[in-house]
Amino acid sequence: MFDNFTGMAEPMSDTPFVAVEGLHFARGDKEIFRGVDMTIQRGAITAIMGPSGSGKTTLLKLIGGQLLPDAGRVLIEGQDVHRQSRKALFAMRQRMGMLFQSGALFSDLSVFENVAFPLRVHTDLPGTMVRDLVLMKLEAVGLRGARELMPAELSGGMARRVALARAIALDPELILYDEPFVGQDPISMGVLVQLIKRLNQALGLTSIVVSHDIKETLTIADYVYVIADGQVMAHGTPKSLDVDQDPRVSQFVHGEPDGPVPFHYPAVDFVSDMLSPGGPR
Amino acid sequence: MIQRIRRLGHRGCDLLESFGRAGIFLAQSAVGLPSREGLYLWVRQMHFVGVLSLAIVLVSGLFIGMVLSLQGYTILVDFGAEDALGQMVALSLLRELAPVVAALLFAGRAGSALTAEIGLMKATEQLTSMEMIGVDPLRRVVAPRLWAGFVALPLLTVGFGVVGIYGGYLVGVDWLGVFEGSYWSNMQASVDFVDDVGNGIIKSLVFAVVVTWIAVFQGYDLVPTSEGISRATTRTVVYSSLAVLGLDFVLTAVMFGGLA
Repeated sequence: MFDNFTGMAEPMSDTPFVAVEGLHFARGDKEIFRGVDMTIQRGAITAIMGPSGSGKTTLLKLIGGQLLPDAGRVLIEGQDVHRQSRKALFAMRQRMGMLFQSGALFSDLSVFENVAFPLRVHTDLPGTMVRDLVLMKLEAVGLRGARELMPAELSGGMARRVALARAIALDPELILYDEPFVGQDPISMGVLVQLIKRLNQALGLTSIVVSHDIKETLTIADYVYVIADGQVMAHGTPKSLDVDQDPRVSQFVHGEPDGPVPFHYPAVDFVSDMLSPGGPR
Repeated sequence: MIQRIRRLGHRGCDLLESFGRAGIFLAQSAVGLPSREGLYLWVRQMHFVGVLSLAIVLVSGLFIGMVLSLQGYTILVDFGAEDALGQMVALSLLRELAPVVAALLFAGRAGSALTAEIGLMKATEQLTSMEMIGVDPLRRVVAPRLWAGFVALPLLTVGFGVVGIYGGYLVGVDWLGVFEGSYWSNMQASVDFVDDVGNGIIKSLVFAVVVTWIAVFQGYDLVPTSEGISRATTRTVVYSSLAVLGLDFVLTAVMFGGLA
C-alpha cells in the first residue's frame, strides 16, 4: 500500500517551522487561550493534545490564519500569519494542507475532482498530468478505485482519506490534522495512523496533529504538547510525558476518569441541590 | 428604562455592524475581473438560478396577465373603454407587476436555495476547507452566484412581462372578444420604451442586486447549525420581500411621481 514512498524524512533543524508566541484568544467572555507558546520543528510530527473543549481546533484555526488572536502571534518560517494581506495569506495557505474533522469534501464534486481541485486552481498543468497526480495521491491513500464516487457515497473513514489525498495534492510543507481519529473503526484508525506517519516520512512534511486519542497519537508523535485551561500544561517527547509526575498530565495521559480535572461540571453541592425547593429545574 | 435604552442601542449597533459586513462582503465578492473558470461557474449558476426558475416565473406571468385582463375588462367595459385593455395590461405589467412579482418569486425560488446551499457549505466546513486550500470562497462560491442572480432576474422579468401580455391577449381578445387590432395598437401607442419598459428593467436590476445580495449574504453569515440554516432561509425570503416592496415604492415615486 505504501510502496510508492521511498523518500527519506528531512533532517530536523533547530529553527522552528512554526512558532506560536504568547497567544491569547477569547470567544465572547470565554477565554480560550491565555498565553500559549509552542515551537514546531520542521519534519516532525507534533501532537497537540488536551481534553475536549480545550480549544485544540481553535488553535489549528489560529495557525491557519482563519481566526485572529487577541494578542500574541503565529510565525510560519518567521512570517507572521496574521499580518499578511488576504492575497499573501492565501498564497501562504497553498503551502499548508489541512485535514478537517468532517473531511469537508466538496459535496458537488466526485472524489477525483475533489483531489484535483487544488491542482486545477493553483497550477496550469495539462489534464493528463493532473490525472496522473490525482491517481498517485489516491493510490497513496488506497482509494484509487473510488475515484468516480461522490462524497455522499463514502464512509467516514474513506472521506477522511480522500480529504487527506486532497490535502497533499499540492505537496504542502505543513499539514494540520484536526482530530483525524475521531469516530473511526479500529481498521481505518490503524490505516490513518500509518498514513500520517508514512506520509510525513516520505514527503518530508511537518505535521501538527490535534487529537485526544492518546494511544494512537503517542505512537506516531515526535513531540507532544498538552493544553488545558488555556495554557500549555506539559510538553515533551511521548516517553517523557508517560513518566511525568504531574498529576494533571498523568490523569490525561493514562485516561483516568477523575483527578485534578474533575469529572463533574462545576455545580452547587448535590445534596443541597436535590433538597432545595425550586422550580421545574 | 436605562436597560431598555441600552438594549435598543445595542441592537442598533448590531444592525449597523451587519450592514457594514454585508457591504464589505458585496464589495469583496462582486468586484473583480472574471476569469475563464469564473465564466464557467457563472454559466452553471445561471442554470440553477435562472433556467430552473423559468417555469414558475412564466406560469405565474401567464396567470397574472390573464387575471389582469379579466379584471380590467369588467371595469373598462362599464365605460365602453374595453379597447384600452391592451394598454392597461401592458402598463401594469411592465411598470409594476413584472418586476415586483418576478422578484418575489425569485426570492422564494432561487434566493432561499442560494441561502441554504451556501449555509450548508459553511456548516460542513466546505468554505473553510476552500480557504485552507488557498481559494477565496468569496470569489469562487459567492461571486458566480451573485452575478448569476444580477443577470437572471432582469431576464426573467422580461419573460414574465411578455408571457403576461400574451395571457392578457388570450383572455381579452380570444375569450372576451375585445378587438384584436385595438388591443395591440393601443398598447403600441401608449407604451413608451424608455419610460415604461426601460424603467421596469431598471427596477428589476435593482431588485436583482438586493435579493441576490440578501440571499447570498444570509447564507454566508449564518450560524452553522440546522436551526441557523432554517432561520437564515426564512430571513432571506422575508427581508427580500420587504426590501422589494419598499424599494418598489421609492423607485415608482422617483420614476413616475413626476408624470402626474
